Amino acid sequence: MDDILRPATEWELKSMMTALRERAIPVEILGAGSKRGVGRPVSAPVAMTTAGMRGISLYEPSELVMSARAGTPLTQIEVELASRGQMLPFEPIDLGPALGVGAGLQTIGAVFAANLSGSRRISAGAARDHLIGVRGVNGRGEIFKSGGRVMKNVTGYDVARGLSGSWGTLAVFSEVTFKVLPLPDDVVTLVYPDLTDDLAVELMSLALAQPYEVSGTVHLSQALAGRLRHKGLAGAGRPLTAIRLENFTRSITYRKEKLREVLVAYGTPAELELESSLEFWSEVRKLSFLPPNGTHLWRISTTPSEAAALVAAARRHMALEAFYDWSGGLVWLETPASADAGSADIRRAVASHGGHATLIRADQPVRQSVDVFQPLAPAVDRITRGIKQAFDPLGLLNPGRMYATM
Amino acid sequence: MSLIELPSPDPAVLDAREQIVRDLIGICGDAAVISDEDGRRTFETDALTAYRRMPLAVVLPTSTEDVAAVLKYAKANGIKVVPRGAGTSLCGGALPAEDAIVLGVSKMNRVLELDYQNRFARVEAGITNLAISAAVAEEGFFYAPDPSSQLACTLAGNLAMNSGGAHCLKYGVTTNNVLGVKLVTMDGEVVEIGGSYLDAEAYDLLALIVGSEGQFGIITEATVRILRAAEGARPMMIGFETSAKAGICVARIIASGIIPVAIEFMDKPAIEVCEAFAKAGYPTDVEALLIIEVEGSEQEIVDRLAYIASIAHELNPQALVVSASDEQSAKIWKGRKSAFGAIGRLADYYCMDGTIPLGHLPYVLEEISAICARNGLRVANIFHAGDGNLHPLIMYDANSPGEIEKAERAGAEVLKLCVSVGGCLTGEHGVGIEKRDLMRAQFTDEDLAVQLRIKAVFDPDWLLNPGKVFPLDAVERAMAETDPVARRREAAAGPAEAA
Repeated sequence: MDDILRPATEWELKSMMTALRERAIPVEILGAGSKRGVGRPVSAPVAMTTAGMRGISLYEPSELVMSARAGTPLTQIEVELASRGQMLPFEPIDLGPALGVGAGLQTIGAVFAANLSGSRRISAGAARDHLIGVRGVNGRGEIFKSGGRVMKNVTGYDVARGLSGSWGTLAVFSEVTFKVLPLPDDVVTLVYPDLTDDLAVELMSLALAQPYEVSGTVHLSQALAGRLRHKGLAGAGRPLTAIRLENFTRSITYRKEKLREVLVAYGTPAELELESSLEFWSEVRKLSFLPPNGTHLWRISTTPSEAAALVAAARRHMALEAFYDWSGGLVWLETPASADAGSADIRRAVASHGGHATLIRADQPVRQSVDVFQPLAPAVDRITRGIKQAFDPLGLLNPGRMYATM
Repeated sequence: MSLIELPSPDPAVLDAREQIVRDLIGICGDAAVISDEDGRRTFETDALTAYRRMPLAVVLPTSTEDVAAVLKYAKANGIKVVPRGAGTSLCGGALPAEDAIVLGVSKMNRVLELDYQNRFARVEAGITNLAISAAVAEEGFFYAPDPSSQLACTLAGNLAMNSGGAHCLKYGVTTNNVLGVKLVTMDGEVVEIGGSYLDAEAYDLLALIVGSEGQFGIITEATVRILRAAEGARPMMIGFETSAKAGICVARIIASGIIPVAIEFMDKPAIEVCEAFAKAGYPTDVEALLIIEVEGSEQEIVDRLAYIASIAHELNPQALVVSASDEQSAKIWKGRKSAFGAIGRLADYYCMDGTIPLGHLPYVLEEISAICARNGLRVANIFHAGDGNLHPLIMYDANSPGEIEKAERAGAEVLKLCVSVGGCLTGEHGVGIEKRDLMRAQFTDEDLAVQLRIKAVFDPDWLLNPGKVFPLDAVERAMAETDPVARRREAAAGPAEAA
């Protein structure tokens, strides 16, 4: 790990990239390296980290905007935002604990490169929705920018947002600019016990169809709920379905009563007040109940009403635990160790219910041998490869990370 | 007459017009093709009416298959295609060319699926923006982006331009509210991008397609998010003696932790015109007016408006009026949303669309006044203050020689000013032909090359909506960069092997 390239400035990044391009040397792109275990293993003789480019370059709380160098630790950004009563609205999840590298390591650039959004995605939008500008260097060694520092900007194609979720395969970010929002005044969580997956999805969808701005809906299986460390919920030993409201205290007092009335058929919820709510959602954000324990971890995006059936279809082939977020639109599956991580069965379940699946946690040989990202339809695959070619014609950036031949 | 150069038409294509019309009729039937001069004239411009070009022919297909067949035919014969929704583009995004087929999607306007449990609507792209909200209103839902032209403009056009509106401060713009599209590429291939899920499977192609100004393909269907509407909403109006105070008020409201659904700004000339038109009770003796809307239950609305009023009171507003009835609320919004039309009754105008960091508002407004005064033109300012998206309306007289050139010059200066303070050329209208030649004020050649290479992935021959978005010489250079031999080889191999 001694020979990791560590540019301190965008110019240095450009010159390093140019040198690599001239000699056609592939390079693995890292932030803090906390998500290095996601994707197919990258075969590159050189690694480069953005960690040397750090610092908040712009913060205007009254304009709800911040710019930071790509290698700035997320924790630094969140501390700075909190000091002015603000936050990242998309609540980026922290994959560190699930990947066994610990929490709180990731950089802001990597959050956008992986488009990591948490539970608030359903009301506030995804990471990509908040990314309003990027600067970076592509595989050709060119410095480029897209977007800017203003919220509304349709000048030229939306390259910034298009780079979100490209896992360092198209360009290396040097700086990202993003939208922020005020922290809510107060938080309350309604926790419904003992619902089946079907009923939980129904309840979560019904909650979101009300005019009360529900900002989090999750459902944990009995086993996963049993792993919570949360003081009030730990050891409950029953499935839990949680509905979050965030707003001014007076509003959530009113809204939670309204919600309880609408959802009365699903039982009587426990109520988590502010501190207790924050503790619970902080665990959700870190996926602390999905630690590396010899199992594999899949992330599946689907249509909420299909989620429970999709999980049931996969369950016919293996013992698994499911965590539902986004009212069922996002499912995390913990699957038993096996040579193919249950890939064939999971992809079949996804194919028949709609959606896409990514293998988030598996040993290197498994990730080498099965598709980690969703196999693409031929037309989409062709466009995807065209985009890769446009940014990185020599295929130097994170080769093979998303798809074997790309 | 005007300053923007339009590419000269290909005489070979013009000569083949009759054959092309026959072929188009053969592909999608007589009823879908408009070829007579009067019929084509209806399509010769969009809402940037200073520019007009008689299209070669107009096709209004009724199915994705027909769209695909037309594009395949056009590609095979090297004929340009200009996509069109309702033709409400303010930047010439739908301006035809003499040697191009206009392909309009306005006949494809059906609602295909409404799914309240999963909160999406699947629609044909020619549906109007407002018709989506209307289709789901009964269940208390709505489609969030609300451009002023929402009664007429199509979702297809909104997707092409990534349109915004007054309420995107809270709900985001088009790209934040779309889950999937059916895109027909210039090869005539139908591609499903996204679906009814909340994120992309690999690269976020949807993000690239939305806002690509009709240059990547033609969208025939889309899946959009629908949201449950708030229990109620109410606007208030706050008038100040200076624009600077109004700007400070906006900054303080946002910094306080309240994000209203909308914060709109009008200066005195705009207030007077809109009040005369809508009789909404706008205070006419103030220099700057904010319209601020909040949502929620009755009590929440009262609480929030009181909180905002307390912030405003510290700045000694000249007027502070909370809407007293649903009727008045409707009038307040009617005045704002018909502002362009109301000003259009007084004078020709050139509507600008730059965005600025809000902190620069007082300086930028002063400079805009100075620029217009220097050019001997009047200006009214209307804009989305919460996100700094300005709409200066530069008034001129189209019948007076030289005035439109003056207006365009002043407009260009205004947009460069926006960029110079850290903003951008266009916040929600798009680049089109209008801002094409200003792109270098905001982007380097390398920035533009990155974008042009993405265009080449979808349409290397530049047949879709050509002559727009990028300076013409930048496009020429990008096309020269693409190795013609390699492109021929790729074309010969056919689409399946081209990857």
